[in-house]
Amino acid sequence: MDKAVTTHKLTKKFGDFVATDEITFEVAQGEIFGFLGANGAGKTTAMRMLCGLLTPTSGEATVAGYDVYTQPEQIKQRIGYMSQRFSLYEDLTVRDNIRFYGGIYGLSRAELKTKSASIIRELGLDSVADALVESLPLGWKQRLAFSVALIHDPKVVFLDEPTGGVDPITRRQFWDKIYEAAHNGTTIFVTTHYMDEAEYCDRVSIMVDGRIKALDTPTELKRTYGVDSMDGVFQILARGTSGK
Amino acid sequence: MKRFLAFVKKEFFHILRDRRTLLILFGMPLAMVLLFGFALTNEIKNAKIAVLDLDHGPHSRQITDRLLSSGYFQLIQNLNASRDIEPAFRRGKVKLVVVFPPNFSQDFARNDTEAQVQLLADASEQNTAISLTNYATNIIQNYKSEQAPPGTVAPMQIDVQPRMVFNPELRGAFVFVPGVMAMVLLLVSALMTSVTIAREKEMGTMEVLMVSPLSQLQILFGKVLPYLLLSFINGCVIIALGVFLLGIPLNGSLLLLLAETLLFTFLSLSLGLLISTIADTQLVAMFASLLVLLMPTIFLSGFIFPIESMPRFLQFVSNIIPAKYFIEIVKGIMIKGIGLDLLWKPTLLLLGMSAFLMAVSLRNLKPRLNQ
Ligand SMILES: Nc1ncnc2c1ncn2[C@@H]1O[C@H](COP(=O)(O)OP(=O)(O)O)[C@@H](O)[C@H]1O
Ligand SMILES: [Mg+2]
Repeated sequence: MDKAVTTHKLTKKFGDFVATDEITFEVAQGEIFGFLGANGAGKTTAMRMLCGLLTPTSGEATVAGYDVYTQPEQIKQRIGYMSQRFSLYEDLTVRDNIRFYGGIYGLSRAELKTKSASIIRELGLDSVADALVESLPLGWKQRLAFSVALIHDPKVVFLDEPTGGVDPITRRQFWDKIYEAAHNGTTIFVTTHYMDEAEYCDRVSIMVDGRIKALDTPTELKRTYGVDSMDGVFQILARGTSGK
Repeated sequence: MKRFLAFVKKEFFHILRDRRTLLILFGMPLAMVLLFGFALTNEIKNAKIAVLDLDHGPHSRQITDRLLSSGYFQLIQNLNASRDIEPAFRRGKVKLVVVFPPNFSQDFARNDTEAQVQLLADASEQNTAISLTNYATNIIQNYKSEQAPPGTVAPMQIDVQPRMVFNPELRGAFVFVPGVMAMVLLLVSALMTSVTIAREKEMGTMEVLMVSPLSQLQILFGKVLPYLLLSFINGCVIIALGVFLLGIPLNGSLLLLLAETLLFTFLSLSLGLLISTIADTQLVAMFASLLVLLMPTIFLSGFIFPIESMPRFLQFVSNIIPAKYFIEIVKGIMIKGIGLDLLWKPTLLLLGMSAFLMAVSLRNLKPRLNQ
């Protein structure tokens, strides 16, 4: 198994509406794979099928080498997930949140202890470890949620618009964490509609109305479409207009 | 199992952090029972009574004096014949009629079992009726034991017969407490569970839980367990208040009562789960619980309005209100002191309802969350 994620003609219909239309792609292990698209393009739907939250209408998909239809339990053990809505408990403390998520992934008491200590230290949260999560700034919460999604050392982590609503500098800090995780061998599958983030990915796919319109490295995409930014590529594909 | 425990622990954190809800949970039943208790004691100062003395003997007169000097009673009418009793009540002023039959004093002096004082209370005001007959009974019993020869224990009892003129079934505290219990259990179990599940959906944390290795059943039971415990404790508190504060007897088996309480709690939780399969937001969950569960329970279970006096259609509807059976069971155990041999029918109904509701909500849950 050398692919972290594979799909073949993966499709999801809600009634007559086709949210994800026969998408086919592969994500290599340790890769940072960007899943781009405007709002409503079908990014979340595709991700939810891969995470086992939605049953595909048709097509095939594997995650960490396991089939999404028949082996959801094996997949769950090996993936982390940050939903596009906030995934921590606001009314629990930083430490309680870490322990809770560690607990439901079956970490031992000793592991929980070292993990929470290292997360708190790495994020510089020592002074607020026993404060409620709701009191933290959004950028901190997002980084904490990311660390928590990695608490069980998943093979693949799915991030659905993880940096919504924060400024470019805070986004950059978040991406430092992503690089760190990728460096440690975790595959990153991330959706976004920020084009600056697209530049940080190893490869990106651009989705329009449920279909994948382009898939390559940012450099290659820019060359193909003859523009000097990912934003330009996106303009051409998504809006059908020239970026220049 | 360890994962499940981590989940349950988190649920307890939520509950304990939310002081306000906790206060409501435990404060509400306490307040209701206390309020009820106060309303009771306020009403029984100087209650208007009438006396029908067919004896005209020394003991009947002395007992009447005792009653009037106690401060609880105020004589407003001396009746001459039994047929005057009904009109006295009808006019609505008299709360209690004390009847001394002919030859009462003679029977009393002989220490005869025949010696009877009859207490008739206006049971349309249920709560007052109970306390008034209790007070009068106490006063008469005291008189009786004083009159017994010193050193001997009075061997025979005055037979006080409280007869409920308008409401022979004796409503009031005896219905109120089981009613409050049913309501609180429903509220805590159904409302709280459906709201916390809806909250996870609303916040987006439910998705994260569903992606985790926790199974759906573990998530559900993890949600249910803390509230099962809370509700059960609440139920016990209400029973204790009813017994020790309001003087409701506990004639039957405490164990059976607790088991039935647990059963009803479980039923309420299944209802809560069912609501949570439909409601995606806390607001919807709240309204569904209040409108679909609480209102019918209050109005159709016999808690406030006697079922017998409802229109036929509503009487029919009341048959599917679980609280109706629970109230019947609690009354049966506490007041009549009857056991499972006579209560198997409502118990079986509650069991059937819980099994049905649990099955339906479990079946509904998967596709809903999987949408
Ligand atoms: N449960 C659902 N039922 C019906 N339509 C849905 C459902 N979930 C998503 N959609 C529709 O599918 C399309 C894609 O949604 P989504 O995958 O959330 O897009 P994105 O994440 O790219 O913004 C949208 O038009 C959305 O309205
Ligand atoms: Mg989305």
